[in-house]
Amino acid sequence: MPDYTLRIRRYSPENGDAAHWEDFQVDLDGSRSVLDGVLQAKDREDGSIGIRCSCRAGICGSCGVRINGKPNLACRTHLDEAHARAADGVIVVEPMGNMPVLKDLIVDMDAVHWKKIQRVTPWLLPDGPPPEREYVVPPDNMIDVTQTMACIQCGACVSDCLSMEVDPLFIGPAALAKAYRFVGDPRDGHQEQRVRDLAEDPHGLYDCTHCFNCIEACPKGVAPMSQIMRLRRIAGDDHHVEDRNNGHRHEMAFVKNIEKNGLLHEADLLPDSYGGKLHPRAVPELVSSLPIILRALQRGKVTPAGALLHKHKAPKDVKRIFRDIEGREERYELNLYVAGEEEDAS
Amino acid sequence: MKVAYWPGCVSRGFAPELHGSMARVAPLLDIELVELDRAACCGAGVIAEHNQELADTLNARTFALAQQEIAGGAELMMNICSTCQGAQSECQERLDGNTPYRDHVNATLAAEGLTYEKGITNKHFLWLLVEEIGLDEVRRRVKRPLTDLRVGPFYGCYIVRPSNRLGIDESHPRDTYLHQLIDALGGTVVDYAGQYKCCGFPIITMNKEASLKQAGRHVGDATDANADCLVTPCPLCHLNLDLQQPAAAAVVGRPLNMPVLHLPQLLGLALGLEPKELGMNKHVVKPSSVIDWTTSVVAAA
Ligand code: SF4
Ligand code: SF4
Ligand code: SF4
Ligand code: SF4
Ligand code: FES
Repeated sequence: MPDYTLRIRRYSPENGDAAHWEDFQVDLDGSRSVLDGVLQAKDREDGSIGIRCSCRAGICGSCGVRINGKPNLACRTHLDEAHARAADGVIVVEPMGNMPVLKDLIVDMDAVHWKKIQRVTPWLLPDGPPPEREYVVPPDNMIDVTQTMACIQCGACVSDCLSMEVDPLFIGPAALAKAYRFVGDPRDGHQEQRVRDLAEDPHGLYDCTHCFNCIEACPKGVAPMSQIMRLRRIAGDDHHVEDRNNGHRHEMAFVKNIEKNGLLHEADLLPDSYGGKLHPRAVPELVSSLPIILRALQRGKVTPAGALLHKHKAPKDVKRIFRDIEGREERYELNLYVAGEEEDAS
Repeated sequence: MKVAYWPGCVSRGFAPELHGSMARVAPLLDIELVELDRAACCGAGVIAEHNQELADTLNARTFALAQQEIAGGAELMMNICSTCQGAQSECQERLDGNTPYRDHVNATLAAEGLTYEKGITNKHFLWLLVEEIGLDEVRRRVKRPLTDLRVGPFYGCYIVRPSNRLGIDESHPRDTYLHQLIDALGGTVVDYAGQYKCCGFPIITMNKEASLKQAGRHVGDATDANADCLVTPCPLCHLNLDLQQPAAAAVVGRPLNMPVLHLPQLLGLALGLEPKELGMNKHVVKPSSVIDWTTSVVAAA
């Protein structure tokens, strides 16, 4: 049987030692999982290795760890795949990030992940009394929320969320995806309050930096970032929430800028993001950005004539597209997760 | 080779030295740039955040314009902005993945006589260098190897994630191409913690502190790893890492003085162009104030 080396990050709060790496040899078939590997090491070499697991089949979400630096389920990652991606052939297994380590590979999900899930009121809040018989939900609506319902709460996305890394208060990918699960459910009666609350929170909807790490991390295809973008559309465009974080204003300034110019004109974007050059929010922001803008001017980076007024050659066609699409009664949103893969028609 | 060239907006706006250096470098590699000057901004993910169909239609239009050039002899579409690559790949995934949707988008384009046919090849300059031109060829054309220059690759987000959408696999390890290129140019690759992280640019108007903290951390990590400079394939990363570097330094509470080069600038140096021709005097952190070109690069010529 092939041998694999697992390099496991060890930490025990009770013995006072700093976290450190330990190598273990496991002999298992390559199609067995990294979790099987860790459990073999635990069984044969050191019973004190800490890891959470239950179903061993990618269902319960207990076994989230980082493998070779990337978050995943230990039970769903084959040893041979992990080995192929390992630098120097050593499979590195460490606890997930953004959460305090309790012991070895076990992180404190309560302190971070579950607290954030609670933050979004993760249950249905129907309006008015329940119907006499069951609620009737159109199938399309149900399919729409299945993507977020696929979440198994493993925390992999939370582990590598880059906004949370610098702002621990950020509500984060898993919880915001969960929020969409209820915002998108027609039985819920608090859509507007929910999105307003999340948009107004300085650590909410608009604190996501669009880094795709959560999409990359999620073993269940939940694509939390895509759900966050859908929440932004619902907040800004359906409920006209003008959040105090300037999120929606920035989005609209950008969109209008392109509509007007065809290409992005950054010089207008900054003040417009704060509500226009004379908007009270814009003034302090512009003043604080002044040194940077001046520095750019000084370097000859920004010249009004050459750089900022880059003229677009087909503004009419671009404007027409904006008019056509923004004039539609409803946004047309294709979700490939829902639409599924196409047979090759050609 | 002839390419249908999408320069993006930032390379013509706040980072003109990118467009300029690309234009200088292209002939040295026998690349003919046919600029898609009627195409509109890719939306940088923000238009898609507002209205997906709008972003998809604008980019389908760009692809259709590129396909006209491809029919006229260009080999593929090329861009020089990771954010364009990511945003356009996302739109392409939807357009290529669903025929009724593509037909619907094409119906909007029909007014202009344009149609997007499934399956355009749209590659960032970095991918084109490795996959089309080949690093051996690049190596042959190096006039001034970047000997002794310690370069930290900054990939950012849009060009490496999500990996399946961006076609990253064993045969296309696109998340290592900056490493490979630095090496091919004779420089030394410096690995540091933030090389695949986010520069923070998308939230600069929403949560400035968190945004600048990201930029400041990565630059600080690269400093600690003794990099002489960073190189990035994305002009938006460049805005947060270079233009905002003094502000980022204030947020993270440590002095930072790290030059950040655009990809064609680093390449251009090795191909023998002068820092000034490549617009390197336009950066906020002046590369010449930090790197002694006479010992790092020029002396090795
Ligand atoms: S895309 Fe947003 S939510 Fe997802 S990991 Fe990045 S910052 Fe976090
Ligand atoms: S969204 Fe995906 S990665 Fe995040 S907790 Fe749910 S299943 Fe895990
Ligand atoms: S990503 Fe930037 S540079 Fe690229 S087209 Fe869009 S706004 Fe312009
Ligand atoms: S690092 Fe910044 S600019 Fe670059 S791709 Fe990520 S978010 Fe965009
Ligand atoms: S043990 Fe249940 S998901 Fe891995």
